[in-house]
Amino acid sequence: MSGGHGHRLFRPGTSYLHRLPAHTKLVAALTFVLVVVATPRQAYWAFVLYAALQALAAQVAGLGLRHVLRQTVVEVPFVLFAVLLPFLVGGDTVSVGGVELSRAGLSDAWNILAKATLGVWTSVILAGTTSPQAVVSGLQRLRLPRLVVEMLAFMVRYLDVVAHDLQHMRIARASRGFDARGPRHWRVLAQSAGALFIRSYERGERVHLAMLSRGYTGSLPLGGSAAATPRQWAAAAALPAAAAVVAVMAWTSVA
Amino acid sequence: MSDPTPTLQVREVAFAYPDGTQVLFGVDLTLARGERVALLGPNGAGKTTLVLHLNGILTAGHGDVTVAGLRVLPDNLREIRRRVGIVFQDPDDQLFMPSVREDVAFGPRNLGLAGDELDARVHEALDAVGMAEHIDRPPHHLSFGQRRRVSVATVLAMRPEVLVLDEPSSNLDPASRRELADILTGLDVTTLMVTHDLPYALELCPRAVLLDEGVVVADRPTGLLLSDVELMRSHRLELPYGFVPDGLSARSR
Repeated sequence: MSGGHGHRLFRPGTSYLHRLPAHTKLVAALTFVLVVVATPRQAYWAFVLYAALQALAAQVAGLGLRHVLRQTVVEVPFVLFAVLLPFLVGGDTVSVGGVELSRAGLSDAWNILAKATLGVWTSVILAGTTSPQAVVSGLQRLRLPRLVVEMLAFMVRYLDVVAHDLQHMRIARASRGFDARGPRHWRVLAQSAGALFIRSYERGERVHLAMLSRGYTGSLPLGGSAAATPRQWAAAAALPAAAAVVAVMAWTSVA
Repeated sequence: MSDPTPTLQVREVAFAYPDGTQVLFGVDLTLARGERVALLGPNGAGKTTLVLHLNGILTAGHGDVTVAGLRVLPDNLREIRRRVGIVFQDPDDQLFMPSVREDVAFGPRNLGLAGDELDARVHEALDAVGMAEHIDRPPHHLSFGQRRRVSVATVLAMRPEVLVLDEPSSNLDPASRRELADILTGLDVTTLMVTHDLPYALELCPRAVLLDEGVVVADRPTGLLLSDVELMRSHRLELPYGFVPDGLSARSR
């Protein structure tokens, strides 16, 4: 009943990566992903090197391989899409076990799979070493527009509360013999979603009332994360810098 | 009372919502400095509507509210909201910042406090409710009773003239309810407590006001009010089964 602990992505710890200021990690993660995306798909070895770099980072952060892999499941819908490509794209084909697959489709599928997976791993490592609150204050430090930061802060604060509401509604439905099995039950699920929306909306109104009662005049005093030393910036830059070297090598080998 | 200016004065307040539903029909209520008063009444009596008038969230169609000599008007809402601290029923509505520290600092910061002064204020408020050790935790990692106590701290940090509590004992387990009572009796602040928890009202508030259908129907010592079976029944109030108010007969005779 009391405080939810729904942030299973975040692994509290004291590793060097945990202690780095959030905004340096955010910049590093974003740069790393951009470098990965900019790498030519034919340079297969480069992606292996990227994965090795991430394994190193996960090691430093004390995140188990199993944790990282388990969180990779969010990628599944994209994987399904990628798997379809070799069947759907036309052009040259190649025969794999008697099935004709499109060469371009295979290449596209690899491109999506490799880059998406590396992106997900980057996020998992970032989220594993940075609490949601720290991510918000890091974004604030990076001068993300105030309104967006405030919205994110509220989302972090109320995600658990809304998840609890949802859970309670699910239990209440199940307790009265409801079992969602097919399209016949979609109506009930849709109504639940509507009810949840209205509940959350009303909660928003009550929160606003509580804010007004304490003198709110339009700006939320959120503290940004602490300043980073040059040394910390350098440490955070190590991963994307190494990746950039790999990317340059990849481009020269392809050209 | 030595101070002649009442801390809270509600005069002939009448209010109708924009859709025409009239909820308050001329409410009079005066709280002297340091008093603890229970506001009782059935659901729909207008208790919450009245509370929202005290800090100017709602504006009376008729009548006025004065807090320690200052009338509630659009021009002085900031000072009014400092003087009137409302603790809402659901701590999840009250606590919206990422950490306990930031949440307690929210009010005083809006009043312009900063730096050491702000820090001192936050610690003072958290000490008053015994939650100082949880200062850096996110609110959603606290137990329900702890969140309720932090909610009280968020308004104490503004050093209010009047503390208004909406159902302070709801959903608390007996020990948390007891702890909160100890905290509230230890505070030196005028308190208006909206509640259905009649034993709690008797324990904490020497005086009780019964509101029903938008008017004050009774205003007397809590023991006397609770022992008036006829009055209680006609306004949908009942003592819990088996509850015989301690010393009630002595006080009412």
